[in-house]
Amino acid sequence: MKRRALPVYAAAAFAFLYVPLIVLSAFSFNASKFTVWEGFSLQWYAAAFHDPQLAEATGNSLIIAVVATLLSTVIGTLCAYGLWKRKSPLLAGSLYLSLVTPEIVAGISLLAFFQWVFRFLHVRLGMHTVILAHISFSIAYVVIVVMARLRTVDPKLEEAALDLGANEWGAFWHVTLPAILPGVVAAALLAFTVSFDDYVITSLVAGVDSETLPMVIYAFARRGVNPVVNAISALIVFGLGVLILLSQRLQKT
Amino acid sequence: MLLLFAAPLTVICFYSAMTRGPYGGFSLPWTLDSYGRLADSLYFAILLRSFWIAGVSTIFCLVLGFPLALFISRAGPRKNLYLTLVILPFWTSFLVRTYAWMFLLRDTGLINTVLQKTGLIHDPLPLLYNDGAVIVGLVYGFLPFTVLPLYAALERLDPNLLEAAADLGATPWHTLTRVVIPLCAPGIRAGTILVFIPCLGAYLTPDLLGGGKSVMVGNLVQNQFTSSRDWPFGAAISLTLMALVMLLLLLFMRGNSEEGLL
Repeated sequence: MKRRALPVYAAAAFAFLYVPLIVLSAFSFNASKFTVWEGFSLQWYAAAFHDPQLAEATGNSLIIAVVATLLSTVIGTLCAYGLWKRKSPLLAGSLYLSLVTPEIVAGISLLAFFQWVFRFLHVRLGMHTVILAHISFSIAYVVIVVMARLRTVDPKLEEAALDLGANEWGAFWHVTLPAILPGVVAAALLAFTVSFDDYVITSLVAGVDSETLPMVIYAFARRGVNPVVNAISALIVFGLGVLILLSQRLQKT
Repeated sequence: MLLLFAAPLTVICFYSAMTRGPYGGFSLPWTLDSYGRLADSLYFAILLRSFWIAGVSTIFCLVLGFPLALFISRAGPRKNLYLTLVILPFWTSFLVRTYAWMFLLRDTGLINTVLQKTGLIHDPLPLLYNDGAVIVGLVYGFLPFTVLPLYAALERLDPNLLEAAADLGATPWHTLTRVVIPLCAPGIRAGTILVFIPCLGAYLTPDLLGGGKSVMVGNLVQNQFTSSRDWPFGAAISLTLMALVMLLLLLFMRGNSEEGLL
């Protein structure tokens, strides 16, 4: 087939994937507020760092992402371990289902579910509902990554540990867990990025005190293009990019 | 062991309670009126339009993704690098990537500014807030979803078959259409379904890039739950959407019985 055309095409495809992000980041260093290059400047970064609304939203996003990541990594790892030990079409099916559920559908059903629970409990939408929602959609990602790692583990190792007198918990904690640890860390990094980045579900289940960074960016974006948003976006793309590369590296070790 | 198995089971119960959630906010009596309203020409048109936009985006993804997957599958030792390059933007903030296209496409955006400066056009082209912008955004967002399964299928392809086809006098075009594409059918099906499903349920892209003008099912659902405050109707639409998604998945699984989804 066309030997020379293919690399050229691939270069164009990669350009399609990366140029929008590069252009966006480049213009965050623009001295002008408009889409005309007027020299290098860090003023939008300074503005971003001094904005109290952005600072609060970033804090909220970090708290939510860290808590949701910890919990979903623990639950997801146990789910994957359970699935590895014993096939469960129901659990596997529900995990796939949660991956293909449109975000908007997941978001509104969570919202409706929370509203229903609130009839019996005196709580309101807030950080905790956002965290619960984030856990619910991060688990599937964790299970898939940890599962891939578990497939490389020999089940005989655990049997050997049991034969040598370890109890089931000990066999998991001392034998299987260390073997899958890189996968678990990779899964956690992935869960962190999906949680930190989510807008659709978060915006539906967030209360007044739990505005997250993507919600602020969305509000800015609705009002039109703003160089401060370019600056935050560039930081997010860079930060999450590093986390993902790290996660990929860990999945391969 | 029981404990370890009970934990995931509890999670399923939690999950099932969540998806059944939509019935929660309703008042009696029970009725199917909300589903009947879906047949209303206005809403039905939005549903059809979502299928149309998702379909066009999927075709673009396949056409753009196939050569890229072919390139990566033949890249030798650099395969992993290229694959990472494809996946990387997918994981970095969907919101930011949608915003990037707003930045490029709007009236005072980069593309219009450059075209006006170079004198190619006088007035800005209306690039943002239409179906085209939504399709660009969706293709950009979900291209990795087609490249990965296509790559996996091409990777399994025996290169000897291609040589055999060439030896037997097939033109490159014939090799592609008669050998490569039929053998990659599972990958093509997987790529299609993995893009079509999220496109059908897309919310953020039509919201930001389509403005109010290019409404899809996802926006309709959101609208019913926020400004219209018609929860039963919103729930009916989302369950219909969910049913369509599951129907597509079932059709796909029937086609790819031995291949996994991921």
